Amino acid sequence: MKTLVLLPVLIPMATIVLLLFLSGSKHLMQILGVGGIAMQLWAALLIFQKVMVDGIQVVQVGNWPAPFGITFVADIFSAIMLIMSGVVGLMIAVYSLSTIDKFRQRFSYFALVNALLMGVNGAFLTGDIFNLYVWFEVMILASFVLLTMGGSRPQMDGAIKYVTMNLISSMLFLAGIGLLYGKAGTLNTADLAVKISESKESLLLNSSAMLFFVAFGIKAAIFPFFFWLPASYHTPPIAVTALFSGLLTKVGIYAMIRFFTLFFVQNQNFWHPLLLVLGGLTMVVGVLTASSQFDMRKILSFHIVSQIGYMLMGLGLFTVLGIAGAIFYMVHNIVTKTNTFLVAGIINRVKGTFELKAIGGLYKSNPLLAILFLVSAFGLAGIPPLSGFVGKLLLIEAGFSDQNYLITAIAILVGLFTLFSMVKIWNEAFWKKQPQELTTSKGTIPVSMFVPVIILALGTITLGVFAEYFIDISIRAAEQLINPEDYINKVLGR
Amino acid sequence: MGLILSILIGILYAAGVYLFLRRSIVKLILGIIFMSNATNLVIFVSGGLTKASPAFIEAGNNVPDAGIADPLPQALILTAIVIGFGIISFSLALLYRFYKTTGTEDLDQVKEEAH
Repeated sequence: MKTLVLLPVLIPMATIVLLLFLSGSKHLMQILGVGGIAMQLWAALLIFQKVMVDGIQVVQVGNWPAPFGITFVADIFSAIMLIMSGVVGLMIAVYSLSTIDKFRQRFSYFALVNALLMGVNGAFLTGDIFNLYVWFEVMILASFVLLTMGGSRPQMDGAIKYVTMNLISSMLFLAGIGLLYGKAGTLNTADLAVKISESKESLLLNSSAMLFFVAFGIKAAIFPFFFWLPASYHTPPIAVTALFSGLLTKVGIYAMIRFFTLFFVQNQNFWHPLLLVLGGLTMVVGVLTASSQFDMRKILSFHIVSQIGYMLMGLGLFTVLGIAGAIFYMVHNIVTKTNTFLVAGIINRVKGTFELKAIGGLYKSNPLLAILFLVSAFGLAGIPPLSGFVGKLLLIEAGFSDQNYLITAIAILVGLFTLFSMVKIWNEAFWKKQPQELTTSKGTIPVSMFVPVIILALGTITLGVFAEYFIDISIRAAEQLINPEDYINKVLGR
Repeated sequence: MGLILSILIGILYAAGVYLFLRRSIVKLILGIIFMSNATNLVIFVSGGLTKASPAFIEAGNNVPDAGIADPLPQALILTAIVIGFGIISFSLALLYRFYKTTGTEDLDQVKEEAH
């Protein structure tokens, strides 16, 4: 079935249309919203299986041959990311059932989540840079509405920063597309790779490459461009924050890896040190600023930034092992980061606040929650046998074999600091006694909040314990990225 | 023509950046409009400007004559304008909501009161 590759975009689109018709009846919307995302995950799994068996899948929309038409491509890397977007989307949708208030659910909350996932999936699948821009816009517009919905004061304050930075990023991206089209005369990624490798003026391409780099850097929240993220991510409901933290920054990194492995491969002496330096700074600055925070959501938001540095490091090393490490790290980070936010949401439900100083004693009152937090937090910090350990091990091994000792040392140190922050949350929220002034208990926690957390925690353990299988897939994906001939030939139909 | 447009793009970007750095959200939105229009012009110029030769194909031919203007950047700009229009509508709605919630459109004042 050729249209299989289009399903991760078509299913959310159909779901959105149906949801808009149903607006008003809460239960139907819930069933359809969750069901639509489940179907999308199923489609992603089918695509993954097909890509693993038959190689890269290409669909030319309307049968216009590449590079003239719109191309959708699924290689192993995009298939992995599609699965992750389905998993995160489904878990968030289930978690939202009881955490998102009635007003938001009536006001097409699930349609917006589906719209966001549609944009994310489109960005993972497209083989055309202008199309990528359009999917980015779909994604950020949905995220704008999710972020501002409800319209409380802190939300407004965060939204202005978020919206402005994302719009600047989009404009730089668009300007980069314009300049690149002026130089290469094509928008198809595979065709660009051919044209650029034939061109002798690769230095001139650096202006476009830099515009793309800054645009994706803002989206991915790397070192000099990350300030919007901690300023806005703590303002919406926790389910929305978890969804953003799991997917949005990773789309930026995905686009960066795609561009800098497929066609911006000239001038490696300039780009790879730059990527490594910024990766190192991103890790260090993120983790250090996190340690001075006391709001759980802020600590975790700064850690998103710090973790992005590892993925950048993998790309900067530019070896099969490095990129495989970056891919594995992305998968691991999507699972664990989302889960830490979801656990923070449960803590908030129990205690009524995210402020670490005001809570305590959770280990005694909710031992299950304590274990679930421990799995995600230690997974994030990289304690064996959890997923973060494997991801860091791959990257550190890649760093050593490439003889980049400085960045490797930074990666190890930042791991320790991550552990420090996680232990801080553990000490404050779970270990210490409950401070006297707070006695509110909001009753029992709904099952629909616990189920996603348990599944994602199991995911963290699975990624770590059965690491060999996942490392194998990551390495195959990285080999496809480093040697893009197959991708180019399949897309151009040669 | 290319030179004049390039200078205009420069001016628009400079004005946009200046407006972005103001505290007022109205000016911020004006900045967004300037920047997005400047970006559209970048695509327009980089596609190459050819005078008075629209991308029409003569009847009976399959391919256009040489020397026509590249129609693709113009199609891209059209898409970008539509997206930009949506974004500006959203920003204006956000401004309205911001003003209703906070009673001001000065970003610094909101910050001070939040602490």
